[in-house]
Amino acid sequence: MSTATATPVQMVNVQIDGVWMQFPKGTRVIEACKQAAKLVPHYCYHPKLSSPGNCRMCLIEMGTPKMTPDRKPVIGADGKPEIGWIPRPQISCAQDVSEGMGVRTNSPMVQECRKGVMEFLLINHPLDCPICDQAGECKLQEFSVEHGNANSRFLERKVKKPKSVELGPRVTLDAERCILCTRCIRFMQEVAHDDVLGIVDRGSFNSIACHPDRKLDHNYSLNTVDICPVGALTSTDFRFKMRVWFLKEAATIDTNCGTGSNITVGSREGKIYRITPRENDAVNGPWMPDSHRLNFKYVADERRIAAPIVRPQLSEFAPNWQQTINLAAERLKKNAGRVAILASARATNEELFLVSRLAKAVGAVVVDVLPRTREPDGMLIASDRNPNTTGAKLLGVATGKLADIAAGIRDGRITALIALGEDATKAGLTADDLAKLDAIVAMDILPNATTAAAHVVLPASAPFEKRGSMINLKGRLQRLNKAVPAPGDAHDDWEILRDLILAVSGSNGLHSIEDVFKAMSAEVQEFAGNTLSRIGDLGLDIAAQPQNTP
Amino acid sequence: MAYVVQRPELTLKEKAYLPSIISGLKITFGHFKKMLKGETKVTMQYPEEKWDAELPEYYRGAPTLVKDEHDRERCVACQLCEFICPPRAITITPEEIPADSRFAKVEKRPAEFKIDMIRCIYCGMCEEVCPEQAIYLRKDYAINGVTREEMVHDKKKLYELGGVFKGLVHKWNPEK
Repeated sequence: MSTATATPVQMVNVQIDGVWMQFPKGTRVIEACKQAAKLVPHYCYHPKLSSPGNCRMCLIEMGTPKMTPDRKPVIGADGKPEIGWIPRPQISCAQDVSEGMGVRTNSPMVQECRKGVMEFLLINHPLDCPICDQAGECKLQEFSVEHGNANSRFLERKVKKPKSVELGPRVTLDAERCILCTRCIRFMQEVAHDDVLGIVDRGSFNSIACHPDRKLDHNYSLNTVDICPVGALTSTDFRFKMRVWFLKEAATIDTNCGTGSNITVGSREGKIYRITPRENDAVNGPWMPDSHRLNFKYVADERRIAAPIVRPQLSEFAPNWQQTINLAAERLKKNAGRVAILASARATNEELFLVSRLAKAVGAVVVDVLPRTREPDGMLIASDRNPNTTGAKLLGVATGKLADIAAGIRDGRITALIALGEDATKAGLTADDLAKLDAIVAMDILPNATTAAAHVVLPASAPFEKRGSMINLKGRLQRLNKAVPAPGDAHDDWEILRDLILAVSGSNGLHSIEDVFKAMSAEVQEFAGNTLSRIGDLGLDIAAQPQNTP
Repeated sequence: MAYVVQRPELTLKEKAYLPSIISGLKITFGHFKKMLKGETKVTMQYPEEKWDAELPEYYRGAPTLVKDEHDRERCVACQLCEFICPPRAITITPEEIPADSRFAKVEKRPAEFKIDMIRCIYCGMCEEVCPEQAIYLRKDYAINGVTREEMVHDKKKLYELGGVFKGLVHKWNPEK
């Protein structure tokens, strides 16, 4: 591992706003300035895309070392090389640092340049901030406040361009707001490899357009909305739903596949409005697939199970949690030693850890998770659509004995089933098999064939409603955070499992999710030494932990 | 730091106290006499009589929504008033204007606009923040109802109270 970087990185000396610093050779000037905490405003530059240098916002003053006639650098009074400043501004996004380079990010010339560029960019920009979805997170707004003019000097007629154009099924274009930075075009070329966007027409009539025979229907098309610095590309799903400044943002992870893309969930008053990718270069970079980011509507589904259900019904009133748990425990105890547990690899490590404890408590014959394998897309969607298969294997819940459940029920070895967030009919069980069982305890968020047949239904939380940790396919331990509260009387999954174990076998001293993690790290070596808070927002590589440090 | 308060120098008449009392009573009895003759009126018989005609231009009554001279809702549901509202009285549900509408170019409007008049403190921040000059505090002050639901003004009620505003008011005009 250490031999891979045997060649030392060559460092170069760069002066930024009068301070000499060292940067590795090949660093872009704009990145060097960012590392020096001198943020250079920019629109077209994106660290993950090529630099066309067309917005001109990142203009800086640059200089190279002064040379004597015999090509030796002139040393100034302070012992540092003197810099010969270039009289015209340079763009910092398409320029690498070089030895002895000088950069001024805030000189009068640079300020004047930014002001001028802002004025040009705003010439044809409509003043529709009140209806624009980008307002509040718009770079044009931000830099206009920082570097622009208060008054417009443009008295001529603004160019009219098409508005609310459907570029694809999920992306809406407002050509008037576009500043032609071409980030979307470059994303589709360089990252999505589906070159459908381009610029049409000339001069001030320039506008972004899709190929006439095509639609912007790539499964990563919504990333163009994220990287659009203005409100030109907006998400059709999020269009006019909520202003961004109302959204409460929670840093969590995507649970649609084994990649575990890092996401930010924007919600207001307990309702999720949008999901955006959160940059994590070890997992998903700054991107995520559309199909995953739009898969949150089920959380607010009106069919959500919001209160415990007991069959046969005890009284006309809904049972309370304690009654429900006790009834479930009673039925399970009666069938002790003949219980099967169908767990879910969509559950967190903490929940799966408790599942293994529950399995011991009820004397489960079979414990397994429901596998979900589909075609991968070669980018960020893994073939394993379960987000925590690695964790399930690590905690001994994924055993591969799924077929034993159906077989066991048919030959009478299994008389009780605990379905935790999965529909048993998808695991090879038929309605007849379910009817044979003496006890079905189902924990789920939405009704399905199993909850319909279950004797006890425990309303649980969706992935956006709970905390915990998961391990993605590459062995990275990541954290799930709570974005919205669970509906009605639904509980956290781990709490339900804890209460079940408690009712079956007695106290276990687990009072918070942190306690569960602690108990888990004491028993499972891979988690040893970690806590839920130590995982952090970006996760930890637990598979890549050094086995034998040289 | 302590400092000495200068006491006013009183004349002998002032020190005697009674002359001041007498001159005060003179004024009181003067008014009393005028009232008996019906020359002055002190109590206004609200609600039969009202001050409405004398309310100043800047009076801040209930917030209302206004339409422009083409019968277009001025509000574009930008939700800035909802954001600024100190008691959080405003709730807006935005929607897209359908393409077949006369005002499809405006793109956005409120599907529902609710102001909870129990919460409203008549501060006028909503009027001040509105970039479209769509919300105004008008002169309605007698807002009442018997249920909480009744006290929530919905979009229909707000336009009913607001009516039509012609032209721009230029509230940002520094000359005005």
